[in-house]
Amino acid sequence: MSDPLLRVEGVWKTYQAQPVLRGVDLDVAAHEVVCLIGASGSGKSTLLRCVNVLETVDDGAVFLEGEDITDPGADPDEVRKRIGMVFQSYNLFPHMSVLDNITLAPVRVHKRSRAEAVEQARELLDRFGLADKAAEYPDRLSGGQQQRVAIIRAMAGRPSLLLLDEVTSALDPELVTEVMGIIRELKDAGMTMVLATHEMGFARDIADTVCFLHDGVLLERGPAEQIFAEPAEPRTREFLRRVLASRRL
Amino acid sequence: MTATGGTWVKSERQLERERRRRRAGVRSASLASASTILCAVVVVAVVVSSPGWPRVHETFFNWDEFAGAFPDVLRGFWLNVRIFLIAEPVILAAGLLVALARGLRNPLFFPLRALAVAYTDVFRGIPTILLVYLVGFGLPALRLQGVPDDPAVLGGFALVLSYGAYVAEVFRAGIDSIHPSQQAAARSLGLTRAQSLRFVVLPQAVRRVVPPLLNDFASLQKDTALVAVLGPLEALRQAQIHSADTFNYTPFLASAVLFIALTVPMARFTDHLAIRAERRRAPGGGT
Repeated sequence: MSDPLLRVEGVWKTYQAQPVLRGVDLDVAAHEVVCLIGASGSGKSTLLRCVNVLETVDDGAVFLEGEDITDPGADPDEVRKRIGMVFQSYNLFPHMSVLDNITLAPVRVHKRSRAEAVEQARELLDRFGLADKAAEYPDRLSGGQQQRVAIIRAMAGRPSLLLLDEVTSALDPELVTEVMGIIRELKDAGMTMVLATHEMGFARDIADTVCFLHDGVLLERGPAEQIFAEPAEPRTREFLRRVLASRRL
Repeated sequence: MTATGGTWVKSERQLERERRRRRAGVRSASLASASTILCAVVVVAVVVSSPGWPRVHETFFNWDEFAGAFPDVLRGFWLNVRIFLIAEPVILAAGLLVALARGLRNPLFFPLRALAVAYTDVFRGIPTILLVYLVGFGLPALRLQGVPDDPAVLGGFALVLSYGAYVAEVFRAGIDSIHPSQQAAARSLGLTRAQSLRFVVLPQAVRRVVPPLLNDFASLQKDTALVAVLGPLEALRQAQIHSADTFNYTPFLASAVLFIALTVPMARFTDHLAIRAERRRAPGGGT
């Protein structure tokens, strides 16, 4: 295999003397889907934020397509053009219609013509069953619809990497499925994705690789089947057991 | 490189990165100073080389005049400060009451609500200096029992009327900006409308409008000079008296310096509050 699309090398991140990431290494190949699992506060979101340069790392480095994006000379705006990110709380712009939310970056950042951006946005909306919502404002949509729009918005810039931070955590169970559907479609289309998720079933189903984070350390990584069937680390086993137990309640 | 999960010793890469950041910091600081000095030099050169400069220098920047007028202007300025210090809390209270009156829903209180609307409409519409004239000369002319005749008090009252209307609108905007879900959450706990306003909505609203309020107060500090038209010996009036003696305008400069000395700390304080609020919202900030 050639160079990984994303390489995280020994990344440390500390908030007010509280270490959140403690030397994390992670490689993501093109077209690979990686799921980050672990308890709240284990550093999943922080890792995604470091990759998107929303946080400056305290040590280590992150490479995107071979380029050091943690270099002080690197332009974060240029990096983010190539990375899409979706948040737990959707973060759609409430003063813009769905269509304007999606076309904002293609027109203003990627300097495509408005006609082209609109055409692409309509295509994506159509593909993911939201064609009739183009003129709607985010407040009028359900959570699942808003999150699907947020994913489409992130995809509209044609990123080479998509980061998904607990995108289903704020949704009702029956809405989770529709959001998962769109992510599955993206995987089938060959999108490279890193997901932080609490949905173990989904992680097992969609991930090529699963990484277990504990206290800011990437304790275990492996193919989804192996991590869920026979985890090597006792802490991973303990985590999965607790998650399963809570589901039974 | 450190061992994963061990204690953290900064790697060579991180040390190099920090060195580069420091160098970049030094570079931007020197760039900032250089461009600032250049701008200042250009401005001074343009002003000093203008044909009228010797004349302006004599009539506006005369040190002897400045030193001569300053004590009187300073004494007058103390009156400005007192007007401001008394008017400000009154304005805050009046503005809040008017904003609350506009939010009353009970039909019984309709007259109050109408009055509040009329008040903000009328007093935001009248130029402040006009209001100072109307109150300063109109109120005493009524010859009512108990109406004060001190021009500083009347001028201060005019400022309260004018600024109260502005501040009421600022408070109202703050109250409206709190998401209805907060009201819903408070009501669902059994709090009455008034209680949820008092304990949930207002504390958030007030915090949010502090910067615009401070902005209004910086404006109020300057507008205390408008009271000069009624004749009390405040800073601007004192400067007028001095310059009328000698036909030199330096005393005005002296009062301008005093006003700036009062508003600049206020502006920095506003910045400080804004930065603190920003930091609180950032990830990793105290929650």
